[in-house]
Amino acid sequence: MKYLCLIYDDEQQMMKRPRDETGKMNADYMTFTEGIRKSGHYLGGDALQPTHTATTVRSRGGKVSTTDGPFAETKEQLGGYYLIEAKDLNDAIQVASRIPSAKFGSIEVRPIHVYTR
Amino acid sequence: MREDSGRDVRDHVEAIYRSDSRRVLATLIRLLGDFDLAEEALHDAFAAALESWPENGLPANPRTWLISTGRFKAIDRLRRTDRFDSADANALERLVQTTAPEVEEGVEDDRLRLIFTCCHPALSPDAQIALTLREVCGLTTEEVARSFLTPAPTLAQRIVRAKAKIRDAGIPYEIPSLPELPARLDSVLHVIYLVFNEGYLASSGASLTREDLSAEAIRLGRLLVELLPEPEAIGLLALMLLHEARRASRTSPAGEMILLEDQDRLLWNRERITEGVSLVERALSSRRIGPYSLQAAIAALHAEARDAPSTDWSQIVGLYDVLLEVERSSVVALNRAAAIAMRDGPEAGLTIIDGITARGELDDYYLSHAARGDLYKRLGRVGDAVAAYRRTLELVTQEPERRFVIRRLRELGETELPES
Repeated sequence: MKYLCLIYDDEQQMMKRPRDETGKMNADYMTFTEGIRKSGHYLGGDALQPTHTATTVRSRGGKVSTTDGPFAETKEQLGGYYLIEAKDLNDAIQVASRIPSAKFGSIEVRPIHVYTR
Repeated sequence: MREDSGRDVRDHVEAIYRSDSRRVLATLIRLLGDFDLAEEALHDAFAAALESWPENGLPANPRTWLISTGRFKAIDRLRRTDRFDSADANALERLVQTTAPEVEEGVEDDRLRLIFTCCHPALSPDAQIALTLREVCGLTTEEVARSFLTPAPTLAQRIVRAKAKIRDAGIPYEIPSLPELPARLDSVLHVIYLVFNEGYLASSGASLTREDLSAEAIRLGRLLVELLPEPEAIGLLALMLLHEARRASRTSPAGEMILLEDQDRLLWNRERITEGVSLVERALSSRRIGPYSLQAAIAALHAEARDAPSTDWSQIVGLYDVLLEVERSSVVALNRAAAIAMRDGPEAGLTIIDGITARGELDDYYLSHAARGDLYKRLGRVGDAVAAYRRTLELVTQEPERRFVIRRLRELGETELPES
């Protein structure tokens, strides 16, 4: 099964993190990504720019409205994702629990909907 | 003659349904990979048994017969279905390809698979409880709904959603691997404990206890110990038995609540106490001591005291100290304070409770005010006791407990009281 692991983290806290901690975090991410490539879980993944770069778009009655900012103001913000291939939810949870941000933020694990025919 | 033997077989089928339907279901879920399909197959298999057994006699191994019949019925059902989606196709393919040894292999573990799947932490606690009672214990949706004072449609919806999540999120039908086991076992124990507690001290409603739920929880606890004799599973079973042993003495014939110290200890169920105590010893001897075993050890000390004054409060305080180490919870701290009050006097207990509420914890918890009320009463500080019980009265939701608090207030000389 395919799962999307959405990485939520507190942007404010992340900005305040000292440089060497950020460096360590990046190194941890490199190691983690390398690890799940080798184990065959990795399908894709990216980090996102902070939410102040976000634009929310809606189309209502043919009119497109664009607003500044993310869809929802929350304590933790979507900061990146991995798309993984896992045997089942337990396997996916295993992978998600090792994402470096799991230690500070939260990882939402969502199965990918497969459309048949 | 024919009639009689027919009725005989029907009785047999019913007895086998009661004793084995959950096992058969557990195996069918593994074979079919789907809860709903498995339930239909189970139903079909028993319907087939009612038709075939009176004619052909009871099979040598009814359970194996039911599993294999259920499997074939599921194949039929899947082939007949006109809305054939890919999930069905997968199930059918898997079913047709399953060999007899594969059916047999792992039958012993199927019930444990079912328990762990129903109690998967990816399901909400409410859903875990509902699913466990429905699938593992075999209660009907209506029975589960009644036990939890939830409208049946709400509960049915909860079960449907939980099954959908198991299927769509890919929750596997398996016993967790060793590294995952402790956390996953916690979640199973928690479900059993919640079911027991709901039966032991119903959180709301007219009556103090709901015996059926406690009995169901104990049955689950026994099953778990039989399948997976982990120390904490043993500890939880002990805890439930020791609490349950006191059931008859906890309420008066009129349904009024009776405190531990006032209970008639002759009414305590000795058989349950003996079993509970020996289970506590077994759990503690493992040297992997967890919160359930510690709580059971405390309950065992109460159960073994001849009367309230001879309770070994020093040991109980000691056990609470350890419990507080493994489980930093303010409710445990409150219970420890009550034990300290019994060992060192009410003031000592009050100081600790005030410390807890001063940290802003448990201030809305009715039992912290009830405990304070009791300790003030023991000290003869009537005004403070009344204030504490008045606050308790604002917070308590359960009817017999509410009446108990009103009784206490009346004893303290209060006259302006709500109807009891």
